[in-house]
Amino acid sequence: MPAVSKGDGMRGLAVFISDIRNCKSKEAEIKRINKELANIRSKFKGDKALDGYSKKKYVCKLLFIFLLGHDIDFGHMEAVNLLSSNKYTEKQIGYLFISVLVNSNSDLIRLINNAIKNDLGSRNPTFMNLALHCIANVGSREMAEAFVSDIPRILVAGDTMDSVKQSAALCLLRLNRTSPDLVPMGEWTARVVHLLNDQHLGVVTAATSLITTLAQKSPDDFKTSISLAVTRLSRIVTSACIDLQDYTYYFVAAPWLSVKLLRLLQCYPPPEDAALRSRLTECLETILNKAQEPPKSKKVQHSNAKNAVLFEAISLIIHHDSEPTLLVRACNQLGQFLQHRETNLRYLALESMCTLASSEFSHEAVKTHMETVINALKTERDVSVRQRAVDLLYAMCDRSNSKQIVAEMLSYLENADYSIREEIVLKVAILAEKYAVDYTWYVDTILNLIRIAGDYVSEEVWYRVIQIVINRDDVQGYAAKTVFEALQAPACHENLVKVGGYILGEFGNLIAGDSRSSPLVQFNLLHSKFHLCSVPTRALLLSAYIKFINLFPEVKGTIQEVLRSDSQLRNADVELQQRAVEYLRLSCIASTDILATVLEEMPPFPERESSILAKLKKKKGSMNVPDIDDSRKNMNGNGHVEHNNNIEEPSEAPAQSPASVVAALIPTNRPRPTSSSPIIPSSGIMPASHPFTDLLNLNSPPATGGGSLLVDVFSDFPGQAPAPPAAAATAEVSEDNFLRFVCKNNGVLFENQLLQIGLKSEYRQNLGRMYVFYGNKTSAQFLSFTLPQLIVHAKPAEPVIEGGAQMQQIFNMECVSDFSDAPVLQIQFRYGGALQNLAVKLPIMLNKFFQPTEMTSQDFFQRWKQLGAPQQEVQKIFKSQHPMDIDVTKAKIIGFGVALLDGVDPNPTNFVGAGVIHTKSTQVGCLLRLEPNTQAQMYRLTLRTSRDSVSQRLCDLLSEQF
Amino acid sequence: MMQFMLLFSRQGKLRLQKWYVPLSDKERKKISRDLVQTILARKPKMCSFLEWRDLKIVYKRYASLYFCCAVEDQDNELITLEIIHRYVELLDKYFGSVCELDIIFNFEKAYFILDEFLLGGEAQETSKKNVLKAIEQADLLQEEAEAPRSVLEEIGLT
Repeated sequence: MPAVSKGDGMRGLAVFISDIRNCKSKEAEIKRINKELANIRSKFKGDKALDGYSKKKYVCKLLFIFLLGHDIDFGHMEAVNLLSSNKYTEKQIGYLFISVLVNSNSDLIRLINNAIKNDLGSRNPTFMNLALHCIANVGSREMAEAFVSDIPRILVAGDTMDSVKQSAALCLLRLNRTSPDLVPMGEWTARVVHLLNDQHLGVVTAATSLITTLAQKSPDDFKTSISLAVTRLSRIVTSACIDLQDYTYYFVAAPWLSVKLLRLLQCYPPPEDAALRSRLTECLETILNKAQEPPKSKKVQHSNAKNAVLFEAISLIIHHDSEPTLLVRACNQLGQFLQHRETNLRYLALESMCTLASSEFSHEAVKTHMETVINALKTERDVSVRQRAVDLLYAMCDRSNSKQIVAEMLSYLENADYSIREEIVLKVAILAEKYAVDYTWYVDTILNLIRIAGDYVSEEVWYRVIQIVINRDDVQGYAAKTVFEALQAPACHENLVKVGGYILGEFGNLIAGDSRSSPLVQFNLLHSKFHLCSVPTRALLLSAYIKFINLFPEVKGTIQEVLRSDSQLRNADVELQQRAVEYLRLSCIASTDILATVLEEMPPFPERESSILAKLKKKKGSMNVPDIDDSRKNMNGNGHVEHNNNIEEPSEAPAQSPASVVAALIPTNRPRPTSSSPIIPSSGIMPASHPFTDLLNLNSPPATGGGSLLVDVFSDFPGQAPAPPAAAATAEVSEDNFLRFVCKNNGVLFENQLLQIGLKSEYRQNLGRMYVFYGNKTSAQFLSFTLPQLIVHAKPAEPVIEGGAQMQQIFNMECVSDFSDAPVLQIQFRYGGALQNLAVKLPIMLNKFFQPTEMTSQDFFQRWKQLGAPQQEVQKIFKSQHPMDIDVTKAKIIGFGVALLDGVDPNPTNFVGAGVIHTKSTQVGCLLRLEPNTQAQMYRLTLRTSRDSVSQRLCDLLSEQF
Repeated sequence: MMQFMLLFSRQGKLRLQKWYVPLSDKERKKISRDLVQTILARKPKMCSFLEWRDLKIVYKRYASLYFCCAVEDQDNELITLEIIHRYVELLDKYFGSVCELDIIFNFEKAYFILDEFLLGGEAQETSKKNVLKAIEQADLLQEEAEAPRSVLEEIGLT
């Protein structure tokens, strides 16, 4: 038995612990414990009153037994008795027992609270600390109710000892976490902030944590902490390490306090005061500089503490996201760590770079490290580090590097740890869809995913590939050919059979011309997999067969034979049996016409949030999914609309009539035009005499060129509502991001320190719908949040947006005739005391109402000639503003809304496109041609449409994009 | 904020557990079991951090004992690693070259030292001197109180 070096040495306890350690088996241990429990119980129940020492000893034994993992159901009363002992050690053990074995027994809580009250009032700092530690450890609501008003008083009283202040600060922090509603704000808050100036660094350390928590709750009340924190930080950062005596840790000055101060500053935007701001920048620079200095010690504690401060400083730099030089320096520093020999640093560098990748200032800098990250994926020995590398590759992916990143992830997937395979599959599927310029690449990638990691390909992934193939007729033939080839493999994954069955059932006809994939060959291939598949897959294959009967009358007999066999018609599974019976009957009695109607090709799926993205968010918690759909990536031509989390199965119900198929598909996301739905009435619904009904319908006569639209929208509301306050009218109209939306539909429209406005929109023919998201970036409420009366009319908008919350608004719009000005969104709200006015131009442009038109070279030039009148053509020659990348240009033209026509222009470096603008009254055909001159870095853009105003407007919009 | 700290041996025996968030006994047991298993399965050269549920786990092994902390998403991993080290230093200084047995036989002391160092999941006092001073003062208080105790009682014959 070891000698107990210090303390009171409860011999009985030591003997008991030794006994337990000597037990040879679990049974022996339990026996010994039960014996002890019986002994303690009899002592506690015995007639002889126990003295304090014995009580303490037995309570301590109970605690030990509990910590071994056994249940303790008595002894609480004795522990509570110890609290009121005047001997310190007895009191201390009593408090420890209470802290560890909290019991919500209300009688006891009352007694405990009484004891705490006495100790808090004792003015003995040691006793006060014990009581405060107990409150902080238990943190129950009852305790909060009893003491929450006393603790602030103790904290800020002039005569409180430093150590008690420290305990009181963190005790209050704990109560604020468990019962924030009970913690009163008041005049003490100002005095708490001044603890940042305290001479005792321990007090500052404890107080900083408290202030950080409180500032997150009500930032305005603690704004003064910014300057105090910066000053304090600056003093620490520039101090010689001996200055801070025992707060220096392995030659690093007060690392814990520095980290906490940097954390506190992350509750706020960059300081507004210029002097303060530059002082903070100086601190951050000093911290970055120190990282380059030679280490003052070889001990890992030195470098850990130093780098802890560095990483926190980088977090603050990322949080501010306003100083490009600091961001790039941070990125370079992290880049060095990517190759550091310490695994911990490599891990943290990868993690931290993930957030840097989402800043537009540092995204490019992060991308320069791609090779290193890919290398980490291949060589790191620790799966958690590899996981970080996958996350970072996902975050740094954009159109320029997507092919390489997807390829690397796919090859990693072959050997990846099982625990992270599903996540990688989801990420690859998302990136492949997001950055597909060429959908054949997308189809190949997904089929590869199924081949490499079929078991980890969740339903969402293969549903999605089907949705996309159904919706894009340019890829259907390729998809049919590719799945047909993939199915040739002797052993293929069941998910491939599902995709193959579905796609061949829909589009098998596109490859049936080739005798190697004739209808019968396709059918035999599918049917050869049938018997190895599970029931749901077989059901899907049966549906594919009935679709074949419609597509290929010549195999009808063969398929009917299969359906008629006993293994189908008398299958034990009800679903299979029913399908076989019904499909067989349908094929026998229905005429060709009826069959063709019932088994028609599936209608396109409505655009929606990729169900895969929803799944990844669910899997990781949306916090951890770097949003790659952010404003910096404005070349994303085919943004999908993320507004609906429904995971929709590609409805495979060929036996239903098409109408019912559509009905079954649509209700989840078709807007229901009822009065309660947040839709701006379109002129079709509202009488046209209401001036505001025209507004977002863009119904301005071409003569005025839509120029009066803005005025129309917000200047004059006859009797409907008070005119917008004068202040609102003076707000400058923000159109910073307007042009970014010409070629894409989703992204961040506006952002300042308080508010972020995000947009998602979708268009079909002359109709459009826009989802506007108002996100409160602060942790405080926005009050009286007022949107233009027009919108309030459309949706009874909530006047309050909670801190950190988001509100959504939906606009429906109709393009009545061509237009050039965009409507302005006026927003007004109260943040803190101040009234905020904002005006943001909504990116609704004429090209949004494009429908792409595919045509042959001959057609194109014929129409081009027809539109030869001088006023129909608009041409512009301009200098390129971005690097001249073919893929990006293609994506932009597609994003603009026209069909990109390959092989039309005799010069292959030129781009030509065609589309039709849909307005309510007319359709305007439009042809465009873009001729790049890479040597001169110039473009010539030519537009021909049947209407001069349209040609001009489209030319203006598109020429700004290159 | 730190959510909890666990100390366990190479054999997976819990030696100390400190919870800064309210959890039921059952949840605590499940979490401890899961984490002990996860960490013991990791190889020595692996990194000290891992993602676990929505928390960050920071751990380090000292001789036969693993020290493991769970912190929140926003928290700093490296400074948490040094919290562990500072706690080890405090134990070492107090017990004089600490070993697992010291913590087993004087578990209450290990808790008292931890409470002086961390409170409510945050660092309260990072100065080694100040923490030890507080503990030593408490020890002095108890020795004064212990003085008149009879010899019989001391050896457990009461």
